[in-house]
Amino acid sequence: MKIVVCVKQVPDSAANLVAENGVASWGDAPLVINPWDEYAVEAALNMGGDVTVVSMGDENAKEALKHALAMGCQEAILVSDPALANVDTQGAAKALAAAIEKIGDVKMAFFGRQAIDGDAGITPAQTARVLGWPALTFTASIAVDGDSVKVERSVEEGRQTVSANLPAVFSIVKDYGEPRYPSFMGIRKASKAEIPLWGLTDLGIEAPASVVEWPELNNPPAKDVSVEIIEGGSPTEIAEKLADKIMAEKIL
Amino acid sequence: MAKQTFKWDDPFLLNEQLDDEERMIRDTARRFCQDKLMPGIIEANRNETFDREIMTEMGGMGLLGSTIPEEYGGSGLSYVVYGLIAREVERVDSGYRSAMSVQSSLVMHPIYTYGTEEQRRKYLPKLASGEWVGCFGLTEPNHGSDPGSMETRAKKVDGGWILHGSKTWITNSSIADVFVVWAKASTDGEIHGFILEKGMKGLSAPKIEGKFSLRASVTGEIVMDEVFVPDENFFQNVVGLKGPFGCLNRARYGISWGALGAAEFCWHAARQYTLDRPQFGRPLAANQLIQLKLANMMTEITLGLQSVLRVGRLMDEGKFTPEMISLVKRNSCGKALEIARHARDMHGANGVSDEYHIIRHLMNLESVNTYEGTNDIHALILGKAQTGIQAFL
Repeated sequence: MKIVVCVKQVPDSAANLVAENGVASWGDAPLVINPWDEYAVEAALNMGGDVTVVSMGDENAKEALKHALAMGCQEAILVSDPALANVDTQGAAKALAAAIEKIGDVKMAFFGRQAIDGDAGITPAQTARVLGWPALTFTASIAVDGDSVKVERSVEEGRQTVSANLPAVFSIVKDYGEPRYPSFMGIRKASKAEIPLWGLTDLGIEAPASVVEWPELNNPPAKDVSVEIIEGGSPTEIAEKLADKIMAEKIL
Repeated sequence: MAKQTFKWDDPFLLNEQLDDEERMIRDTARRFCQDKLMPGIIEANRNETFDREIMTEMGGMGLLGSTIPEEYGGSGLSYVVYGLIAREVERVDSGYRSAMSVQSSLVMHPIYTYGTEEQRRKYLPKLASGEWVGCFGLTEPNHGSDPGSMETRAKKVDGGWILHGSKTWITNSSIADVFVVWAKASTDGEIHGFILEKGMKGLSAPKIEGKFSLRASVTGEIVMDEVFVPDENFFQNVVGLKGPFGCLNRARYGISWGALGAAEFCWHAARQYTLDRPQFGRPLAANQLIQLKLANMMTEITLGLQSVLRVGRLMDEGKFTPEMISLVKRNSCGKALEIARHARDMHGANGVSDEYHIIRHLMNLESVNTYEGTNDIHALILGKAQTGIQAFL
């Protein structure tokens, strides 16, 4: 069974986002594999097939691919083309779907629930739409039975069990379980890996047009925050005061 | 050319002097240490406990015997990578780095280098996985810096040796399954190495209580009361002090990286603390006395890291000498101890609370500056290296 996991190279979660003159930037923050995607890699590796990791981005994205290789993925592909530099999620979905089709015979395509830079969280569903596959988003557990799959989705209301036919697209949430650490032997292999680069010509698609534009990005207005320590003789008294305060401020 | 910005936490861009493999292993080791070791360290240190499970976790990650070839369960990593790992482990606690160093450099290294093929196959894979814990017995109650005068004796008997004597200040001894012990042989009067196993008749390893340093690592004695050790547990391939010293060189090299990891923790913590704490209406870090200390910390750590990286590269090229290791072991430990003392000072009263970690590093580094060749003994080695005159006899 062929499995694909899509990962993104993003600024470290500790990086400071600064919006200046309508443009957002993380400065020279270190780049890492999107933390959510590590859960997706873990899920993909647990399916017991050949796992190919795919990323779209510039040369930097090779680091994310190497991380996934070190975790145990067999192959890596970098989708990279100057025409893809500033595409929106739909454009990314079209390019990733084309890569998944070019790999061929893929039964499962995994994504993290969202990327921590854009935080849109819709690329998995859009990729599924382009491929014409079911989108099993916010997946916390997976049971494959022949050509069908049953997943538990972590949704706001609780857990939802959904069945679908393969091939399918999955976005994986934290509830799935901790991702493994890359092994040192895996790192040694991954650091020497030659990663093929697929441009639009290799994918056989036109440059996808973006439907969403970000003409200007600004910092949210600074909030006036005040801190009040609620004191009292006993936890009950403190809780009562806090409850009164919450009601008085019309928070509830 | 792009404008180069100064990185306060990596002034000489050490990061760029590493290759992909080195960086990835460092980052993975850092993550493991921060995720798995850091959360429990305050309790372990406070209660003087060592969770045996840590050895298994380190083994699972590939931290034990990382320079040993794959066929014996190691990861075949370079000495630079070994150093980078030691720095990350000791950023959490010197005790954990000690446990790792002893297993890797003082137990697995001699078995790999001086051992027979049977000894390698029997011991190395289980030591690499952390299933077995090893310890190294050289120091004795009456012989620390002068191991050549050791009193432990090995008497040749039919089919093996009878070992008699005691070793002290032995990291991991009380939980050890495998003991690499050095003793003077009755046959030639020279120092030889032996592999002892837990459960051998006459062998015991009582724990040393009441340490105020390296409390998260087990230290004990090795007491040998006429212990029979079969011939197959004898190191045939080395005679004399060069046996234990060959191991100590590797361990000391790891210490030279590790101590700087502890120093870096103290430096970063002191910088953050003095930035965050206002006194007299401005951050402590706004004071010249504080900035001078921070500048000294940055300078010593930056220079120290360049020196250990250089020695690591020379080790990987097979071009190192013990004097180089004396130089960096002494420098890193002495400087790290001084940095920890200043960081303690900069934290005010909080500096003595274990919640802030500084006092723990400070207490640990007192041992690290002493074990595996004291600061002064390494100075004498460097003195002899340039004058030709031995000053410690």
